[in-house]
Amino acid sequence: MAIAKTAPQQKAKSPKKKKIRAFTGGAGYTLRGPLRKWSPLFLFPVTAAFIIGFVWPFIQGIYLSFCKFQIISDAKFIGFDNYIRAFKDQSFMRSFWYTSLFAIVSLVLINVLAFAVALALTQNIKGSSIFRTVFFMPNLIGGIVLGYLWSMIFDGVLSHFGTSILQNSTWGFWGLIILMCWQQIGYMMIIYIAGLNAIPEDLFEAAKIDGATKLQTLFNVTIPNVMPSVTICVFLSLTNGFKLFDQNLALTAGQPILMQGGVPIKQTEMLALNIYNTFYNNKSAFAHGTAQAKAVIFFILVAVIGLVQLAYTRKKEVQQ
Amino acid sequence: MKNNKHNFSETKTVRTVNDLDPKFLKQMQKKSRKKEGLAITIVLSIISVVYVLPVLAVLVNSFKNNTYVKTDTFALPFSKEMWAGFNNFVTGMTFGNYPFLNSVLNSLIITLLSTFLIVMCTSMAAWYIARVNSIFCKIIYYLCVFSMVVPFQMVMYTLSKTADTLKLNTPWTIPIVYLGFGAGLAIFMFVGFVKSIPIEIEEAAAIDGCGPVRTFFIIVFPMLRPTMISVGILEIMWIWNDYLLPYLVLDINEYRTLPIHIQYLKGSYGTVDLGASMALILMSIIPIIIFYLACQKYIIKGVAAGAVKG
Repeated sequence: MAIAKTAPQQKAKSPKKKKIRAFTGGAGYTLRGPLRKWSPLFLFPVTAAFIIGFVWPFIQGIYLSFCKFQIISDAKFIGFDNYIRAFKDQSFMRSFWYTSLFAIVSLVLINVLAFAVALALTQNIKGSSIFRTVFFMPNLIGGIVLGYLWSMIFDGVLSHFGTSILQNSTWGFWGLIILMCWQQIGYMMIIYIAGLNAIPEDLFEAAKIDGATKLQTLFNVTIPNVMPSVTICVFLSLTNGFKLFDQNLALTAGQPILMQGGVPIKQTEMLALNIYNTFYNNKSAFAHGTAQAKAVIFFILVAVIGLVQLAYTRKKEVQQ
Repeated sequence: MKNNKHNFSETKTVRTVNDLDPKFLKQMQKKSRKKEGLAITIVLSIISVVYVLPVLAVLVNSFKNNTYVKTDTFALPFSKEMWAGFNNFVTGMTFGNYPFLNSVLNSLIITLLSTFLIVMCTSMAAWYIARVNSIFCKIIYYLCVFSMVVPFQMVMYTLSKTADTLKLNTPWTIPIVYLGFGAGLAIFMFVGFVKSIPIEIEEAAAIDGCGPVRTFFIIVFPMLRPTMISVGILEIMWIWNDYLLPYLVLDINEYRTLPIHIQYLKGSYGTVDLGASMALILMSIIPIIIFYLACQKYIIKGVAAGAVKG
């Protein structure tokens, strides 16, 4: 019934819709025809490079995760064996838990500290642009250089206690956390500052007139209004934590190695590094296939986090 | 606190909020914030000094003799035994059997060429995708969005093999790989921006007899400038610091980039000349810090834009 009622209305609207469409691209756009003739110039370079650099390797990667292979040309289909092998691999499971723990701890620390710094910098203090410059600076330095730089500093401290960052996995973990905080706080701070500056000043004035204390204002006015920034930062630091590779490689490279259940296990190895090591530092005949299967699992894990973020932000946008 | 209370009583005597003189209110707020601001400034100053310390430590240690870097990391190198002068920089130049300047040059070629290629090609493609909007365009667009969530480890093995077969393993050809793998974010940001450009401008140009190519380069291209800067900055930051992709794709014996060079120092030598490594690290940080200080405004804007959209 309801559908029948609205149908004629829609029909009546449709010519109008077409007119609107002409102004947003698509069928009615004057340049569309001529533009199509130029597709080799406009679209071809990116499409070709995209197929070489992403589409083809991705499809091949999925296929190879079901194969036993040393080089691509001798791939033999073996079904889900690689996945079973990946899940049975102790080092992989350990690196999964290690990475998750790392991602969560760094997520909390980075966001709390970055938010605090952003809050301090938006209080109309003098020289806030200088502070911003300083805090953001580590982001420009690459992961490898960062790892090397910090290993020098940590070893400089730890050598006085007769140990080094490569000998103790606790130091390795917290060392990486400190490194990541140092690098990422500035980045998240920028996003939080953008969010804080977007809050209308009237809200704070209204809170003040209503007699709200500073803490009440923070929790009831500031934080709810920067939630979009919080969502972005939380997911950014979560995916960054899971995808971390360069810093992990340069700081500890997975050291120290301990025997667990009869197998040597790298104690500070994270997922990305574990996949890399299975690919390139493992002589077993199944190594490549297992590594590719691990990579697919890793991809699904990261993609799920990304999709949850997308769904979450979409929902938030609708609510606003 | 005192000022706060004072402020509050002031507001009470006034009948409605609207009657308040905004200038007066702002003045009161300023006064109350002054003391607090000072405290925050002091705390932040201390933190920022701590923040700069690691970089200063590299600076200090690059002038130290090798043996003292590990034992006296935080000492100033002014004693006679410790001071190495510029020796570390001299050894650093040819350290690790690979000329340092070559790796700088390679990094520079790869970064500039890739960024140029990405900005040019993806802006054109994004305009085409947003305006033509055919099914094929939509497929490309959604594939690009999808590629943003795929971690590099997923494609690293197959990508490096593909690049090898296609001879994309030199600094002059690796930009094609970067264009392919990095297209996602760029296309996404450009398409978002193109959609916000009013189409009438292009239509007017078309009526005046302007073809698609001229329309793009004369009319659309200048309007895309802010997004181009953002995309360019993000790509430069990524590609200059990227380690794994060039390491797997490039022919390592012939071409090394800066991150590869530095990782090699640590990875493959039993006893590393720490002093020389520090000098190398310092030399690799300096260009990026100069770049940062020069285009700070754009970098921070670009990062904020990329984060909000990505």
